[in-house]
Amino acid sequence: MSAFTTLADYLEHSAERAPDRPALVDPSGRTLTYRELDEAANRVAHWLAACGVGKGDRVGLCLPKSAESVAGIYGALKLGAVYVPVDYTAPAERNRFIFSDCQVKAAIIDARCAAVFDAPGEGGHQPDAVLVCGEPVPETLAKPRWHGAGELKEQPASRPKADRPHSDDLAYILYTSGSTGLPKGVMLSQENATSYVDWCSEVFAPTPDDRFTSHAPFHFDLSILDLYVPAKHGAALYLISEELGKTAASLGPFIDEHRITCWYSVPSILALMTQYGKLEETDASSLRIVNFAGEVFPIKYLRRLRDLWPHADFYNLYGPTETNVCTYYKIPATIPPDRQEPYPIGKICSHCEALIIGDDGKPVADGGEGLLCIAGTPVLQGYWGDEQRTDGAFMTHGGRRYYNTGDVVRPDENGDFVFLGRKDRMVKRHGYRIELGEIEAAMYKHPGVAEAAAIALLDGAGVVTLRAVLSAKDGAKLGAIAMKQHSAAHLPSYMIPDTFTFLDALPQTSTGKIDYQALIRQAGGG
Amino acid sequence: MNEIKDYLRNYIVATFLPGESPENLTDDTPLRTSGILDSIKTLQLISHLEEKYGIQFEAHEAGNVATFDTIDGIAGLVEQKR
Repeated sequence: MSAFTTLADYLEHSAERAPDRPALVDPSGRTLTYRELDEAANRVAHWLAACGVGKGDRVGLCLPKSAESVAGIYGALKLGAVYVPVDYTAPAERNRFIFSDCQVKAAIIDARCAAVFDAPGEGGHQPDAVLVCGEPVPETLAKPRWHGAGELKEQPASRPKADRPHSDDLAYILYTSGSTGLPKGVMLSQENATSYVDWCSEVFAPTPDDRFTSHAPFHFDLSILDLYVPAKHGAALYLISEELGKTAASLGPFIDEHRITCWYSVPSILALMTQYGKLEETDASSLRIVNFAGEVFPIKYLRRLRDLWPHADFYNLYGPTETNVCTYYKIPATIPPDRQEPYPIGKICSHCEALIIGDDGKPVADGGEGLLCIAGTPVLQGYWGDEQRTDGAFMTHGGRRYYNTGDVVRPDENGDFVFLGRKDRMVKRHGYRIELGEIEAAMYKHPGVAEAAAIALLDGAGVVTLRAVLSAKDGAKLGAIAMKQHSAAHLPSYMIPDTFTFLDALPQTSTGKIDYQALIRQAGGG
Repeated sequence: MNEIKDYLRNYIVATFLPGESPENLTDDTPLRTSGILDSIKTLQLISHLEEKYGIQFEAHEAGNVATFDTIDGIAGLVEQKR
């Protein structure tokens, strides 16, 4: 019986086979070979082990995308530990909650994120050790448990001794928006990731000459393809910084400068590139694969991009964080000028099984519409610390355990699943998953807010926008600028409502709940 | 210069803060960090200003949160380029 290949094995095997090949190009343009990346990861692993980190322990990561963050990820994986990446641009209170929720034993952070563990007056969870990258102020490093990244240089570059993780041992926890206002941790195992990586090998046939982008942040599950597919195949990964990733006009030149062969991002970024990126000036002849996932790609912008880059294969990849990509669809070479509807999410991936169920929880007749449920190796282990939510997310059929995605789909005449929508209050905006309830919870933190409703609206091109409809407590005055500032203090930037509407009172249903349908109608439709 | 600032103020409020009074948007309100302009709204604003004033912004200028963060900063940049 062959040993299970772990995520750390991908790096280690490539470092053995081709130590001098480029593994990673960081945002500053510095290249690390496979040997250099492996040794950097080994040093982090030794440092973590010296802090007491072992198999199963959580290691928090709160820093911008860089060679250090990738070394940190692999350092944790080499010990069989579980990495927990967060959005370093999100409010510190949100990241503090995440690291406390899963009780991280150690954390690697950027100096600018020190407030995550260091806010005055906050009790909260303190990890056993914090490694600070960037330029920490001397007072920070004087505190017990806080260490400067310079300490890594003193660690051995050799492989640490550690128990190999099993296929069902956790590898990472990705926190997603929670409807009650608190993010929830999706627990993913080694095999959840490696079975997906193996599917990518099958469909995209990567070679050591491929050059992949890393556009998505590491707390977003698109990063699993970015980090591990090139590593498995000895190919190169080009990190795109968070700032560069939002600069539409720079991304076309980035593709040309680095002769990128495989692109992967949310549709929003590609749509922005077609609108503002001056792509007619981009060559892009190096691209052979353009993958996108996370939301519906409005057909108007997809058509423009398809025409600009005719030589690349385009794939619409679909799957929640709980399963990663589980269906896929190859976009045709030309998109008919009169096509209005988005393309299907496609057929089930070879490493998964699909089941469509009705509201009664029973499988629907062939061809019928219903909730898409997924079984197989990529399905999450559960939600951290929330057995109830975990139990509620699964159903059993024919002896197999299926995760209910909550997405309503219908197979078309070719057997491709078409996405029809959701029945709950989770939406995708710019590719990010947002529970409208999390936005409302943040609104209620404002002392002047009496009632709050968050709704998602569609513009003419099919792009999602967020609106918050609020009513004020007696005597309180609310304004859009003040609410934007309040939102920025409590929510990640992608959850800040685009517009605010203020009413004397929110419309109610006959049972006294907020009438969301009425709000959507008042706003002109969703 | 004041004419540019007023134009910016009115445009930003009309486009991104409907219902708000323009006077509430001061010359030094930090637009990016307060959540008024995200990266996409910034792109829309740049595109609009480029067309209105017949100017071009470099990629790094628009991405520079330090200068491109207030009506003061943006108006200054537009004035330079005109």
